[in-house]
Amino acid sequence: MSLVAKATLGAGALIGGLLLLTTFERPPVDTVQVGFRGLGAEQVYNPRTERAVLAANQLPELVPAVPAVGPRAGQIYQNVQVLGDVPVASFARTMAAITNWVSPEQGCNYCHNPDNMASDEKYTKVVSRRMLQMTARINADWKSHVADTGVTCYTCHRGQPVPTYAWARNDIPQRPSGLAGGQYGQNLATPAINQTSLPYDPFTPYLMNSAEIRVATPAPRVAPVRPGTKDTEYTYALMVHMSQALGVNCTYCHNSRAFYSWEESPPQRSNAWHGVRMVRDINNNFIQPLQPVFAQHPAGLPEGPVAARVGIHGDPLKVNCATCHQGAYKPLLGQQMLAQYPELNAVTRIDAPPPVRQ
Amino acid sequence: MAEYQNIFTRIQVTGPAYPGVPLPATDSARKYTPTHVHLFGRLGDAQVGPLYLGATGIASIICGTVAFVIIGLVMLDSVGWNLVQFVRQLPWLALEPPAPSTGLKFPPLNQGGWWIIAGFFLSLSVLLWWVRTYRRALSLGMGTHVAWAFAAALWLFFVVGFFRPLAMGSWSEAVPFGIFPHLDWTAALSIRHGNLFYNPFHALSIVFLYGSTLLFAMHGATILALGRFGGEREIELAIDRGTAAERGGLFWRWTMGFNASFESIHRWAWWFAVLCPLTGGIGILLTGTVVDNWHAWAVQHHFAPSYPAASFNALPDPVYGVAR
Repeated sequence: MSLVAKATLGAGALIGGLLLLTTFERPPVDTVQVGFRGLGAEQVYNPRTERAVLAANQLPELVPAVPAVGPRAGQIYQNVQVLGDVPVASFARTMAAITNWVSPEQGCNYCHNPDNMASDEKYTKVVSRRMLQMTARINADWKSHVADTGVTCYTCHRGQPVPTYAWARNDIPQRPSGLAGGQYGQNLATPAINQTSLPYDPFTPYLMNSAEIRVATPAPRVAPVRPGTKDTEYTYALMVHMSQALGVNCTYCHNSRAFYSWEESPPQRSNAWHGVRMVRDINNNFIQPLQPVFAQHPAGLPEGPVAARVGIHGDPLKVNCATCHQGAYKPLLGQQMLAQYPELNAVTRIDAPPPVRQ
Repeated sequence: MAEYQNIFTRIQVTGPAYPGVPLPATDSARKYTPTHVHLFGRLGDAQVGPLYLGATGIASIICGTVAFVIIGLVMLDSVGWNLVQFVRQLPWLALEPPAPSTGLKFPPLNQGGWWIIAGFFLSLSVLLWWVRTYRRALSLGMGTHVAWAFAAALWLFFVVGFFRPLAMGSWSEAVPFGIFPHLDWTAALSIRHGNLFYNPFHALSIVFLYGSTLLFAMHGATILALGRFGGEREIELAIDRGTAAERGGLFWRWTMGFNASFESIHRWAWWFAVLCPLTGGIGILLTGTVVDNWHAWAVQHHFAPSYPAASFNALPDPVYGVAR
């Protein structure tokens, strides 16, 4: 081999190696032990990426509090269906806050007709009302997941009329004549499951329907009910989503040597278990009932912003773990906003079936 | 001094091509005029050909091609016959086995039927190739060690794709034909059955796998290191062990007190390699058929430790209200 060829090869290998290096996160990283020693039960934190997460999870400016006195909003205004018990000053503050959180650019008119604020003619107002009911439901009945931190509109919306992270059914319609009908909903690169070849819609079975997530039997011997390897791939896809949505490793909720074992799982796993039930409640009782409303406005209001409100099958954009968490182990890193906005808990008429905790 | 420390073979053999020993009258003749390729000579033997495929070899290649083409066409269909997507997503694409509801029935072609057909042809192909390795060895008057080593690999192949699905009562338990998908299947199988690392046959298989690499490294290194004394020239060593063999043996006796002989080292390596898929296949065959949760099994039999729930701050299983 000539000297030139050797030098070219060497330089190529060096440049390639350096390029490859840039795809890694630079050490050092911090590790925190979360379980018994010697099991690798630990969380890994990179101080440099943590800074980016911190910057992305700042709270919005607080809308100044007002004294909760005076007549009720329902006595003063027309058509106040769920915030009627809130004093008018607090009601106005809440409206201002919601505008800040959801439609800061579009303003009040994103939901209201300025000539008739009481009118429900804009579909966004109908949606907002349902979302207020949903928020109150989460804060009242899903403390097992959100604890006293609770959620506000900002938890998901972050200043956007449509939350950045949502999902809709993405299954490809069956083609009766195709060769590849029986792909079992997998084997296509999909961002929602971190580009794995696992099933690309784990949300419909687990976050809309109540398919069984756990696949391993706790007993050593063969059990009568036997989920198969393909069921496990579905569960695996959901877990990949959870890990991505929270920016954590498997070990955040599991001792990875025995994923099934509750005895060897950190308490976060129980929290996630309740979270899955909470998301089912949200999707089935609060989002899906709005399907006809969204279907009439698949791209939003005529005046914009133009963004899809429904998926390719016409189902509304729904909630998964990423909708609130957005890459953080706790939404907004666990900072509490709700305590500053007690009006959100004063929503009345939460007309939905009771939560299912099984 | 670096004459023998080279990743390539430094000696190029040039001369008349060797046609091989005469074949029995029942065999068809070897085909094609042999030729020499310098590059091949750097890596192995420079002579290419003559070739003998025979009936089993040709049938094996035809069956393998049928399976390969079916798998490729189904993958192409799964991206809507879009060639760009086919190339981009090739590692993700697969021909999936039938759904769990199919059981052991023959499903419609596009619901896993093609998987059964492709699997049938692939099985036929590897079995025919096995017959070929067996019969070629006999024709050369060799032992059939290569064929039986190949059979060990086929045992694991048929366990994951045929015997275990049969025992589980569902084709859906079999491996998909695809690059990433078959890896996902592996991970899912392990998680479903409480972590395959607690399967003692899996552990044995890993012992033989890593043992094989260790033995191969030791043996390869010894022979290369003896190259300067002609240690790789087996014909001479068969007559007289000579200084190379003596030094090789002495090196290991000094290093660890025991040395394999020039013959027995290959016996060691062969058994380690063969036992890797043999034990692994047993482990997979027991998974889900006899033992459903290997971690729980290992804890029950004091094969694996259990850890105090308090060290994880574990909460009870929310379904039952107790930790389990």
